[in-house]
Amino acid sequence: MSATAPSVGPPRRTFATVRRKRVDRIGDPGLQILAGLASVVAVVVILLLAYKVFDGSSQAFNTFGLGFVTAEVWNPVTSQFGAASFIYGTVVSSFFAILLAAPLSIAIALYLTELAPKRIRRAVGTLVELLAAIPSVIIGLWGIIVMAPALENHIEPFLHSVLGWIPLFGGTPSPFGLLPAIFVLTIMATPIISAVTREVFETVPGDLKEAAYAMGATRWEMVRMVILPYSRSGIVGATILGLARALGEAIAVTQVIGSAVSIHASLFEPADTLASRVASQFQGAETTVQTSSLFYLSAILLVIALIVNVVARLIVRRGTPAGVMN
Amino acid sequence: MSATSDTPAPKLVGASSRRKRVNRLMEVLASLAAGVAVAVLALVVGTVLIKGISAINLDFLTETPAPFGVAGGGIADSIVGTLMLVLVASAIAVPIGLLIGIHASEFAPPRVSYAVRFALDILAGVPTIITGIFIFGLLVVAHGQSGYSGSIALAIVMLPIVARSAQEVLGLVPNSLREAAVALGIARWRMVIRIVVPSAASGLITGAVLGIARVAGETAPLLFTSSIVSNNVSWNPAQALASIPVTIFTLSESSSPADHTRAWGAALVLIVAVLILSVSARSLHERSRRKLRG
Repeated sequence: MSATAPSVGPPRRTFATVRRKRVDRIGDPGLQILAGLASVVAVVVILLLAYKVFDGSSQAFNTFGLGFVTAEVWNPVTSQFGAASFIYGTVVSSFFAILLAAPLSIAIALYLTELAPKRIRRAVGTLVELLAAIPSVIIGLWGIIVMAPALENHIEPFLHSVLGWIPLFGGTPSPFGLLPAIFVLTIMATPIISAVTREVFETVPGDLKEAAYAMGATRWEMVRMVILPYSRSGIVGATILGLARALGEAIAVTQVIGSAVSIHASLFEPADTLASRVASQFQGAETTVQTSSLFYLSAILLVIALIVNVVARLIVRRGTPAGVMN
Repeated sequence: MSATSDTPAPKLVGASSRRKRVNRLMEVLASLAAGVAVAVLALVVGTVLIKGISAINLDFLTETPAPFGVAGGGIADSIVGTLMLVLVASAIAVPIGLLIGIHASEFAPPRVSYAVRFALDILAGVPTIITGIFIFGLLVVAHGQSGYSGSIALAIVMLPIVARSAQEVLGLVPNSLREAAVALGIARWRMVIRIVVPSAASGLITGAVLGIARVAGETAPLLFTSSIVSNNVSWNPAQALASIPVTIFTLSESSSPADHTRAWGAALVLIVAVLILSVSARSLHERSRRKLRG
């Protein structure tokens, strides 16, 4: 900061100060314009992205119309394409992943804010956040080689024998399918949901908690009567953020889901999601209609992901004091 | 963060044993949940470590992939490619992100900076596979795959991370610093560059490192923009560059156990790099918070 201190005394119009003034005349508006341009770039990128994705899907849209969304077919030979089975795969895999991840994450956040001793809190908090940093392709690799065989040989037969009367657990166990995709997505959504939930829990005022204790509440009763009601909208927002993450994941899902065009009640059967179909087929697309249909799938995914994201952020921002989710 | 969360529940004289049992059960369940998360992390990282370490040796890091059916070979091309891709992506995203942060904290009226923040949040929510498709349509259709196309796709993934954290940390710089500088007669742009940015430096670096850690492991934006590669080490971003994540993805789809071994080796290299970046970003983050908040 010392470098910027001006000379003491009346300003002298030396050559240096004149040049400095001249540079400032360019520098001041220059930085403002550059900074403004950078902000414009951010807005332009998102608009251009949306335009390109919709533009790319125009051929498929003209050919199949809105019926594309409900058609359960993907046949490059006859050039018949539809999105229904991928929308089904996306919805089912994300829904069950969130069904597992949300309670798990809330419990983790409660442990970290209310139960854990200070030192353990830091360590476990760091570890959970590191889980978010593991690249999805590595979780997918682990999913294929380690988790899938375990699912096929132990967990799926067990689920089938105990809960086989539920259609979800009917069908024959297989290494590729919705179930491994659900577990992979659970692993990816949990760190996000627990991180946001934890921040929301930390904003619960201490005097509310003390009031509950003073009334003789046990710790769980305090959680149930103070923390959970106070952070309800924050928890919902965090869960939807996790959902957005699960909906858009392409790579790890492609690795474990088995790439099949079908709508099955069974979670053991191979399937595909919007994102994983685009990831696995785009490179090898043979006709312009097929490429355009993949753009159409991307457009559907983009619309779903954006709606879910915006809703999540609005809920979290409105339901919590400023600061969280900045 | 509140100190009160550490206060133990007061002793409950005469509370019904059922309430105590429910409380105990819930405490155990919450602890178990945290244990499960840590166990999964340990399981994934442990597997990568154990299976990867046997694949890694000097040749693996310095040689190019062996031709099909030949044993040995390494991932030197992917390591170099990932370095170049991340370098070019950072060269694009870090300056733009910093300028967006400066715009929000120094120039923009609140409504404009809210709109930019909204655009960045939306951009952060775009699935990365769609970013890849976008750059494919924008650049690859006309110019073919290249390291530059891949880097631009990565830069789009990186930009919201860098820009949002720049907005946040520059907003934390105390106004008294700015007022002191202006009172001394310094031009505004010098004030920004010499005083505001340096005093938030460690926070800005944290954002950049987090962004780098994120895109170093990204596969989807590169799948259609920089994936058709020869097996030679190339430093030239005008050609398509190999990358560690895409290599892991390709190898993991193969059915040969030798390919799987190589995938684990590449995964170990990637996970070590990403975890080092994330951990250093975290410690930087804590230091900058302490400095700015006093």
